[in-house]
Amino acid sequence: MTTAPGVTTTKVEPIIRARKLVKHFPVRSKGFFRRHIGDVHAVCSVSLDLMPGRTMGLVGESGCGKSTTARLLLNLIRADSGSVVYEGQDLTKMSRRELQPVRRDLQIVFQDPFASLDPRMTVTNLIAEPLQIHGLWDKGGRERVRELLQIVGLNPEHGNRYPHEFSGGQRQRIGVARALALNPRFIVLDEPVSALDVSIQAGVLNLLENLQDELDLSYLFVSHDLSVVRHIAHDISVMYLGRIVEAGSSSQVFNAPSHPYTQALISAIPLPDPRKERSRRRIVLEGDVPSPVNPPSGCRFRTRCPKFANELTDQERQRCIEEIPRLIDRNGIGHRTACHYAEAVTMIETQTT
Amino acid sequence: MVTDPWPDTDLLLTVEDLTVEFPTDDGIVQAVRGVSYELRRGEVLGIVGESGSGKSVSSLAVMGLLPKTARISGSAKLQGRELLGLSDAELSKVRGNKIAMIFQDPLTSLSPVYTIGYQLAEAVLAHRDVPKEKAWDRAVELLDIVGIPNPEQRANSYPHELSGGMRQRVVIAIAMANDPDVIIADEPTTALDVTVQAQVMEALNSARQETGAAMILITHDLGVVAGTVDRVCVMYAGKLVETGAVDQVFYGPRMPYTLGLLGSLPRLDATRSHRLTPIVGTPPSLVNLPSGCPFSPRCPIVQPICIQEEPELFSVGVDGQLAACHFHERLIGAQPVDLFPPTTIDEELVASYEDAGQDDAAPEETT
Repeated sequence: MTTAPGVTTTKVEPIIRARKLVKHFPVRSKGFFRRHIGDVHAVCSVSLDLMPGRTMGLVGESGCGKSTTARLLLNLIRADSGSVVYEGQDLTKMSRRELQPVRRDLQIVFQDPFASLDPRMTVTNLIAEPLQIHGLWDKGGRERVRELLQIVGLNPEHGNRYPHEFSGGQRQRIGVARALALNPRFIVLDEPVSALDVSIQAGVLNLLENLQDELDLSYLFVSHDLSVVRHIAHDISVMYLGRIVEAGSSSQVFNAPSHPYTQALISAIPLPDPRKERSRRRIVLEGDVPSPVNPPSGCRFRTRCPKFANELTDQERQRCIEEIPRLIDRNGIGHRTACHYAEAVTMIETQTT
Repeated sequence: MVTDPWPDTDLLLTVEDLTVEFPTDDGIVQAVRGVSYELRRGEVLGIVGESGSGKSVSSLAVMGLLPKTARISGSAKLQGRELLGLSDAELSKVRGNKIAMIFQDPLTSLSPVYTIGYQLAEAVLAHRDVPKEKAWDRAVELLDIVGIPNPEQRANSYPHELSGGMRQRVVIAIAMANDPDVIIADEPTTALDVTVQAQVMEALNSARQETGAAMILITHDLGVVAGTVDRVCVMYAGKLVETGAVDQVFYGPRMPYTLGLLGSLPRLDATRSHRLTPIVGTPPSLVNLPSGCPFSPRCPIVQPICIQEEPELFSVGVDGQLAACHFHERLIGAQPVDLFPPTTIDEELVASYEDAGQDDAAPEETT
C-alpha cells in the first residue's frame, strides 16, 4: 500500500489524520469542595496518520495513554485540544448527532470480551443492535447476522445463545462481528487478544488479518505485547507517558530501534527460543514509570534512561532536562524518533521464515 | 526412564502420581491427574500450560494450600520426607523455611497494615530464634539483594506506597528470608509490564544465586520459560503431556499440543509474513474429559486409537524427554505449519456481505 518510489501522483492519503491531540484528566481533592489539584497528563500532543488497508500498532506500558489515544480518535472521549480529520471533517468539533452517521465507518473492539457484551442479550441481538440503531435491520438484518457469525468463524445456529455460553476466544469473535456489522472502514482494536490464552489468541489474530485482506480495513491495534504487534502491524508508534517517542514502519522500529525506551522494551521481551534467549543482551530499566500528574521536564524518559545515566555528559544531559525532544525524521526515511541523542541499535536478529 | 545424569543425592523434591480432585455440584473436577516430576538441587524447572491446565493446583497441593474439599492422592517428598497428609503445624515448619512460594498478585500476598520491613522480619522470626534487631537488619539486607533502592528507608514503607514491581520484589525477598531449598514461583510476572517483568526476573535470579535454591517456575509464557529454566513440563488438562530439557522441548517437540503452542506464539524475531498456527477448539472441561487422549478433539493428527486409549508418557529421545502421544515418532523434525492447517475465512461469503453492506449504506450516505 505504500507509494512506489518516484510515483508522486498516486500518493495514498491517510484515512484518519490526528493532529496534536491533548487530553488531561483533572485530579480533585477528597474534601467537600473537590478542589482541582492537578492534572493527569494522559495524552500530550499525539499525532497519528492511519493509512487505508494498513494496521498501526500503538504500543506502550500500562498508563502510557495508548487506550486514551484510541478513544480520542473515535471521539469517545472529547479531546482538550487537537483535531481528528476523517473525510474532511474534524470529528472533535462535531456534535453527537452529527457523529452518528460517521460512527458507522469507525468501530472499536474492546479488550475484555466478558465486560463488553451485555449478558442479557442473545448473540443475534448483540450483533443486530448496531444494525437497528442505524436503521438497517429491516433490510435483511437477520440474514446479515447469520453471515457475520459465519465470517468470524462461529456457528450461525448459535445465534440464540447468550455470551456466557461461549469461551473467551468465541466472545471476542462476537465482538468482532458486532464491529463489522455496519461495514466499517476503520476499527480500533484495544488489546483484543490480551485476555486470551495463546492457542486461542492466534486464531483471533489470523481472523483479524484475513478480514483486513478481504475487506480492506484499517486497524489501530493497541497493545502492550510487542510480539503480537510485531506480527500484525505494518506501522508502529511507541508511547511513553503520554507522548509518542518513536514511530515508523514495523521493520524500522524493530530492526533499528533508535529511542532508548524502544530499545529497552524490545530487549525486555522474552523470546520463546532458549538459545537466543541465553545469549541476549538485556537492558533492565531502573525504577518505575513516573506519575503522569507530575511528568519530568524536558524528555519524559530521562529519569529511567540508561543513555542519560551512563553515556551523556552533564552538558548533554542539560538538554534532556530543558528541551522537550521533538518527534523528527532524522534520516528522511519516515522513521521518527523523539530523542536528542537518537542512535539506531540492532536489538534482535530477525529470522527469515 | 532414561539414565539419570544427576546423582540421586541431589534430589530435592519428588512428586509422584499426584492427583487432585474437587467435588462440585456439576461433578468431580479432575484438576490434576497423575502428575510426576523431580526437582534437583540448583535446578530450575518450568511448568507451562494454559489456564485450567492444573499447573498451579499441582504446586498448591505440594504446599498444602488447597481448600479442605480437595481430594489429594499420590506423593510429594521433600528430601525423602512425605509432605502430603502432614498436619498444618508440621507443614508450617516446612513452608517458608524449606519451601517458599511466590504468587502472581503481590498485593494480596502482603498485609496492607504492616510495613514491609516488619513483614520481612516476621518471616525471619518465624523460623529463626534471633533478636528482633537482627531480624530487621536481615530484612534491610534482603531488600537490598532484590534491588530495592534505599532499603533502610523503604523498610518503613507500607505495601500501598510501592509500585507493583517493587511489591513483587518484596515478596521475593520474603521468600528468600530463610534460605529455602525450593522456591515455587507461580506466574510471578504475569500482571506486570515488560520492563518491570525484566526487573522482577532479575530479582528472582539474584534470590536464587543468594540462596542456592532450586526453583519451580509456573507460567503460561513460553518466552519467560525459554530464558530461565533448565527443564520444562508442559501440562494439558491436568496431565503432563511433554517434559524434557528446555532445548529438547523447544527445538524438537514431540507432542502435537506443544508444537501447536509454539506455532501459535507471535514472535518478536519473526516478520509479519510469519504464519501463526492456532489450535482449533478449546481445552476440555475438567468435569467431562473426553475419552482417550485429552487433546484428541483438537489434534490435527488424531487417529482412532487416540480416542480409545490415553497415551502414557513415552520416552522419546535423549536427556529424558518424554511425550504423551501415540504418534510421537511422526513428529520428529515436524514444524507447526506441517501439522496445523491454515485458518481462512470464506471469501465468497465475505464478498456477498460486502455487497449487501454497500447496497444498504448507499441511500443514507452523507456527503
